[in-house]
Amino acid sequence: MSVVADGPQAQAPVTVPPAISVHGLTKRYGDLVAVDGIDFSVAQGEIFAFLGPNGAGKSTTIKMLCTLAHPTMGQAMVAGMDVATMAKSVRRHIGLVFQEQTLDDQLTAEENLRFHAVLYGVPHRLVEPRIARVLALVALSDRRKDLVSTYSGGMARRLEIARGMLHTPKVLFLDEPTVGLDPQTRALIWEDIQRLRSEEGVTIFLTTHYMDEAEFAERIAIIDHGTIIALDSPDLLKASVGRDTVSIETTDDEAALASLQAAGYTVERSGTGLTAFVPDEEAAVGPIVAAAGVPVRTVRAHRPTLDDVFLHFTGREIREQHGETVPMMARVRGARRS
Amino acid sequence: MTTRSHTAPANPTTSGGTVAPASGPGTLVSDEVRVVGMVWERELIRYVRTRTRIVSGLIQPVLFLFVLGYGMNGLVGTTGGFNFRQFVYPGVVAMSVVMTAMFSALSIVWYREFGFLREMLVAPVSRVSLVLGKTAGGATVAAVQGTIMLVLAPLVGIRLTPLLVVQMIGLELLMAVAMTTFGVFVASRIQKMESFQVVMQMLLLPMLFLSGALFPLNGLPGWLAVITRVNPLTYAVAPFRQVIFAAQHMSPAARSRFPTNVTLFGYALPIGAELTIVIVFALVFFVLAFRGLSRTE
Ligand SMILES: Nc1ncnc2c1ncn2[C@@H]1O[C@H](COP(=O)(O)OP(=O)(O)O)[C@@H](O)[C@H]1O
Ligand SMILES: [Mg+2]
Repeated sequence: MSVVADGPQAQAPVTVPPAISVHGLTKRYGDLVAVDGIDFSVAQGEIFAFLGPNGAGKSTTIKMLCTLAHPTMGQAMVAGMDVATMAKSVRRHIGLVFQEQTLDDQLTAEENLRFHAVLYGVPHRLVEPRIARVLALVALSDRRKDLVSTYSGGMARRLEIARGMLHTPKVLFLDEPTVGLDPQTRALIWEDIQRLRSEEGVTIFLTTHYMDEAEFAERIAIIDHGTIIALDSPDLLKASVGRDTVSIETTDDEAALASLQAAGYTVERSGTGLTAFVPDEEAAVGPIVAAAGVPVRTVRAHRPTLDDVFLHFTGREIREQHGETVPMMARVRGARRS
Repeated sequence: MTTRSHTAPANPTTSGGTVAPASGPGTLVSDEVRVVGMVWERELIRYVRTRTRIVSGLIQPVLFLFVLGYGMNGLVGTTGGFNFRQFVYPGVVAMSVVMTAMFSALSIVWYREFGFLREMLVAPVSRVSLVLGKTAGGATVAAVQGTIMLVLAPLVGIRLTPLLVVQMIGLELLMAVAMTTFGVFVASRIQKMESFQVVMQMLLLPMLFLSGALFPLNGLPGWLAVITRVNPLTYAVAPFRQVIFAAQHMSPAARSRFPTNVTLFGYALPIGAELTIVIVFALVFFVLAFRGLSRTE
């Protein structure tokens, strides 16, 4: 099986040094092991996602990679520098978007960005062009002079992403960038992320507990209880837990079974009909209906999802843990507005 | 929602500008100075934008000055043409400086709760610059607020001279710096917004009441006298009264009725000693504030 924790080496290009490489990284808080000896590496220019339920250790990992928390054990290199010994240089070369909002909402978007430019030592002559550039990247140019307190949650998030890119970091860390946002806004943020990568060439490390959106990443590490339990591209992860299937019900299942087997399909009887195992469910629907040889009453195509992957490796559904995140964000937002 | 444009940024000639990382790990001094200036500027922008804060920062001292001033007048009476309102005026100016400085410093707790503090703390800059900028900002705002109080002077019969105005602004700045560093230190220890109220009520109000701002410190019972003498605010409030009273035409009777010096073991401290105590206080809390903000997990 390709899904092993030391898989990344297979994919990361060997010639360019990785943007992030982590060995045996561990963080303990007293007796609690928040991150338990993880290993992975992220290639330059890659979009890499940490997927796991609340409390899995995602934010703690980000904090260590960003030098905000000291690793209890292990080593982490970011942009070629050791986070333990070169903290200040690491900070200069990374962009960070925290799980909690960190804008000053009594300042305008532009003022927030200027403040950031000074904190990160962006040379004076580059401040103006960079502000214009990053605001354009997240389509907020026309809201530049508005107070952040007038922004919607999604706009504030995108402004934070723009701010994270202002000083041209080598790696951009996004901790749950889409949490608590509506589906359209989440889609916009994903477009932003893809655009940043293609236009600025930045490496992106993000965390999420939304299964569906982890698919947008090039590689995913599934993390649970502080350990990486699977790491690969979304397609290979899904392939590892089962194959695509097309299930049909026909007027005469016996005849259909014979015809499909004759046509070379692997077919099994399932509850109410037949299930064929195929490499690509979408492409197989038409040919299977045609090859059945008898009238087909229902067709259902299925490809394993990341939910299936998580279930396969942990025996649990990630959805169980969703509950508390959204109300918590709502509380914080409500309080800020008052 | 805004409409999205996928077109290139408006100014393609400059848009490609990548930021050369400034000079490796060691940051330039000029960069740090820029940071101090930016943190300071932000503090001022916020002050100007929150008018309610300016107004509420004025209302409280005005209440003390007029309500308490007239209320106590019947009790205290007038000695040699000098009354309680004139006595309490320097204390009220000091109070407005203290309140504004503490409020500005304690807003750090608010940033912590709502994240903005993180944006500052993860930046590749020295924490010293952040504390310096914050202190300069809080001090400027507090000194402005204290200077606004000067317009009330004629209303209570306090004579302002150019020298006095200069002295007052100087004292306001010094006191504001001391209180902002103290406030930043306290804020660095507070994790929750709720504790903010507790600090204001359990620490700041007693400190103000026991500083000589509102009543003379001579003739207090022994235990109270001790508390007022260990209260650092006492040494910041007294100089205000000294410079203001020095500019008034007061009869000897009024001077002995409303003394200005802090006495320690029966010895009246000169203004220089009081200011030294305030400066030492500010330095100690600057270091503590810096350390308080420097902790990492
Ligand atoms: N500062 C801290 N002190 C103690 N425990 C912590 C701290 N930060 C995180 N934890 C614990 O570590 C675990 C992982 O947390 P976190 O990394 O925030 O998870 P995630 O971001 O995946 O939801 C949780 O059990 C959390 O309670
Ligand atoms: Mg988290």
